[in-house]
Amino acid sequence: MQLTNRSKVVSNKEMSFKEKLYIPAILSGMGVTFKHMFKKSVSLRYPEVTRQFSPVYRGMHVLKRDAEGRENCTACGLCAVACPAEAITMDAAERKKGEEHLYREEKYAAKYEINMLRCIFCGLCEEACPKDAIYLTDRIVPTEYKRSNFIYGKDVLVEKMEDRIDITKRKKEYHID
Amino acid sequence: MFLLIFKIALIVILFLISLGVAAYATYGERKVAAFMQDRIGPDRAGPFGLLQPIADGVKMFMKEEIIPNVSDKLLFILGPCIFMITALMTSAVIPWGTAMEFDGVKYGLQVADINIGILYVFGVVSLGVYGIMIGGWASNNKFALLGAVRASSQMISYELAMGMSLIAIIMMSGSLSLNDIVAQQGQGKLYGFIPVSGLNWNIFYQPLGFIIFLICAFAECNRTPFDLPECETELVGGYHTEYSSMKLGLYLFAEYINMFVSGAIISCLYFGGYNFPGLEYLSTVLNPNLVSIISFGALFTKAIFFVFFFMWIRWTIPRFRYDQLMKLGWQVLLPLSILNVLLTGGGLTIFSK
Repeated sequence: MQLTNRSKVVSNKEMSFKEKLYIPAILSGMGVTFKHMFKKSVSLRYPEVTRQFSPVYRGMHVLKRDAEGRENCTACGLCAVACPAEAITMDAAERKKGEEHLYREEKYAAKYEINMLRCIFCGLCEEACPKDAIYLTDRIVPTEYKRSNFIYGKDVLVEKMEDRIDITKRKKEYHID
Repeated sequence: MFLLIFKIALIVILFLISLGVAAYATYGERKVAAFMQDRIGPDRAGPFGLLQPIADGVKMFMKEEIIPNVSDKLLFILGPCIFMITALMTSAVIPWGTAMEFDGVKYGLQVADINIGILYVFGVVSLGVYGIMIGGWASNNKFALLGAVRASSQMISYELAMGMSLIAIIMMSGSLSLNDIVAQQGQGKLYGFIPVSGLNWNIFYQPLGFIIFLICAFAECNRTPFDLPECETELVGGYHTEYSSMKLGLYLFAEYINMFVSGAIISCLYFGGYNFPGLEYLSTVLNPNLVSIISFGALFTKAIFFVFFFMWIRWTIPRFRYDQLMKLGWQVLLPLSILNVLLTGGGLTIFSK
């Protein structure tokens, strides 16, 4: 039973003299390759030029700080629970007196680790987070020589005040503020 | 005495040119491949990646030199040497340009103007098979041996058709000397009546012979679509599987020198060598030494075009199956070249006075 007209019947018919010469076919093939010499190259000179990412690209995570530079994360653990790859672990600690300029909530993550080898970049942690603390960015996770280097701690994940990471595009997609 | 100095200088210059061309052919190959596949190609070493051949050369020299325990050590080293030497030797009989003139004495821009130039080329090219065969056999590796056997049988079969297509050229020129063959293509009018000087090229009389010669040249250089001796999908690396470091470099390098030299020979035999329309006029106006350099430039351009053509084919056509290769060589090209000899003979008896 024929469902579509897309199937092609392969024929083993005798080749005509012109086809047997092969030279016209070779010349047309050379024409194809020659035309490609003048086409725009699809490769990018990577470190200098980066590819345009989609606004919802899910790359390396960031732990956000608020406008005053306090960490948003309150170590509730919802991201760890949401994580299907179980890549996130954390230790909670209570904010002491005098640390109000460091942590926004009374509880904070003393240790926050993401195993980048486990992470599948699904973005569920971001969706689970009630405090706007974790986001996936358009940064690419760099390669490493050691497996242990892929366990990212707070030193890598928390954004630096002098080098804040813009996530407004992602906020627009997911959160209706 | 001056002749000796002139010849030595010529040899050194030719040596450097062929090596330089081979080095930049590796770069060109990668660039051409990249452009044909919509990529960029090497562009990190120097401007446009122009220093890439030097980086590759340094890499080749720095790599560890491995000689397998089970190999025949002397032959293992001899193989790439023979291949390289024969590749470089071929350029000796090519007339690279019109004669230079010092103190009223003419010096041909040719290392050795021997009267059997073409036979010399053929002899040396067939010696090149030994480089591959010895290298492949001495490696004591079945893939290397298979590659070497393929290379030698392929080169021997295609040499036949190549020689037959050449006979037609020799019949037309009546000389085996490359110098005469090239000089004749600069004289007379095309087909006896088209008044363009320096365009009396053999390609216009021998299109069939040219195609046969070109295909055979591809096979002799072990280039795609005839690169079965070194096809990595079937034979790991073919005859140079066991080679590393600069010995591998010599094999790869010699292949590019072969390409350049065969490009020069094709230009000499079919495309008028150093002749180009307007050479006659230039030689009446300019200093003979300057004309000599310009004519060398013409041959060089033609040879480089053929190097590009080799690459163009390589990135267009897939490789033959071995039985197809043999069938093409023995059942198609050889009868065709014999037919070409007959046609040429007939044409000569009819059209020559």
